[in-house]
Amino acid sequence: MTEHVVIVGGGTGGTVLANDLADRLDAELDAGDVRITLINDGPDHVYKPVWLYVPFGQREPADGRRPLDELVDDAVDLRIDRVTAIDTEAQRLQFDGTTPSVGYDHLVLATGSTLEPEQIPGLAEGGHDYYSESGSTALRDELLEFTEGHLVLSVIGSPHMCPAAPLEFVFMADDWFRERGLREDVDITYTYPIQRVHGNPHIAEWARPIMDERGIEVETFFNAEEVDPDSETLTSMEGTDLDYDLLVTIPPHGGIDLIEEAGLGDNGWVDVDKHTLEAEAADNVYALGDTADTGVPNAGSVAHYQAGVVGQRLASQIRGRPATATYDGKTLCFIETGMDAASFVEFDYENQPSPAPPSEKLHWSKLAYNESYWLTARGLL
Amino acid sequence: MTDIEPDETVDARGAACPGPLMDLIGTIRDVESGDVVRLLSDAEQSLTDVPEWAEEAGNELLAVEELDDHNAFYVEKS
Repeated sequence: MTEHVVIVGGGTGGTVLANDLADRLDAELDAGDVRITLINDGPDHVYKPVWLYVPFGQREPADGRRPLDELVDDAVDLRIDRVTAIDTEAQRLQFDGTTPSVGYDHLVLATGSTLEPEQIPGLAEGGHDYYSESGSTALRDELLEFTEGHLVLSVIGSPHMCPAAPLEFVFMADDWFRERGLREDVDITYTYPIQRVHGNPHIAEWARPIMDERGIEVETFFNAEEVDPDSETLTSMEGTDLDYDLLVTIPPHGGIDLIEEAGLGDNGWVDVDKHTLEAEAADNVYALGDTADTGVPNAGSVAHYQAGVVGQRLASQIRGRPATATYDGKTLCFIETGMDAASFVEFDYENQPSPAPPSEKLHWSKLAYNESYWLTARGLL
Repeated sequence: MTDIEPDETVDARGAACPGPLMDLIGTIRDVESGDVVRLLSDAEQSLTDVPEWAEEAGNELLAVEELDDHNAFYVEKS
């Protein structure tokens, strides 16, 4: 009997896992004992961290996009299609129209995050973002022309992808305007939903003095309720109004609907055991990356490390051995603190982050990793 | 035990901070003025996060119930 592993989602987690399994189960694939299918709703793999640099004119969206069929091992069946329903009882996936359903023995959900700006009235019309290709290029068009006025960066959605990116954006904008002699003409305000500037108290404690030193205004306990694009005003649930000339936001995020429809968790996030990454509501289902509700950041490094754990567990299960690999919450993140300096954090479920002193070396390490990311996607790094 | 009847319950047990507070804020967004939301959280920091946010946002923290392994916060939307 051939065991069928189906991975839904060709982002970092899904792609790394497909290549990890192709390597780990090489003999079983050759013998026809295992089949691996990776399903993605488009032909390309997208590396989202590139988008942070697009508004500053330093990268192009194409730098973060490559065809999946160039990245995924030939032993993996790559299918470009959109799953429309998951039946965890029958262990089958449905597709649009007359396309036959597909059965699985092991399912891995790596469907990631989607942006939901429509949750906030006026946001789609009034706000810009760098959390999508189209958002990053539209923001670039505005930012490159922006020479004076009030730039507001508002974190609205939480959890959101790459929790450090809002801090990075204001640090980079501050430095970028300063280098160009425009900082005195540009006010920068950063808003965050809770009482500190970042969800993790240790990172917040590190970042706040840097913001104060650089004259980045901060509004905490600011949960955006409405954007008025005509008057260029952002209003919070807490009753604060902010006038802006350029509004950049981290829009609300959600997972895909079919996860909730399948009874696997709320808001598109799968309830999982945070160590084994197995779904709590169904057998033979894993989730990883943003899709797995583990409480750790929605970050590429998390998806990468989790893919290694799921790969080991699946290989053990397929070989009839106990699965012992577990995820310890490992997260790794470079944090840009300007246009030519960065910090670095590493933490897990037990150990808290301690941001490294910003340096040019760490900045170049971040850029070097972004370039070598394609080795990660191929399962090599 | 409190006899407050919540209109909505948010079970954020197991979530690390600021997850429980963000779940509460997300639910308060969607309910009507006067509705009561009950937040279940086992995160220690919720004991300070939730009262501080409720005060800042002008919502009333009606009660905090200490249960075996978690707390229940009752917040009325203003």
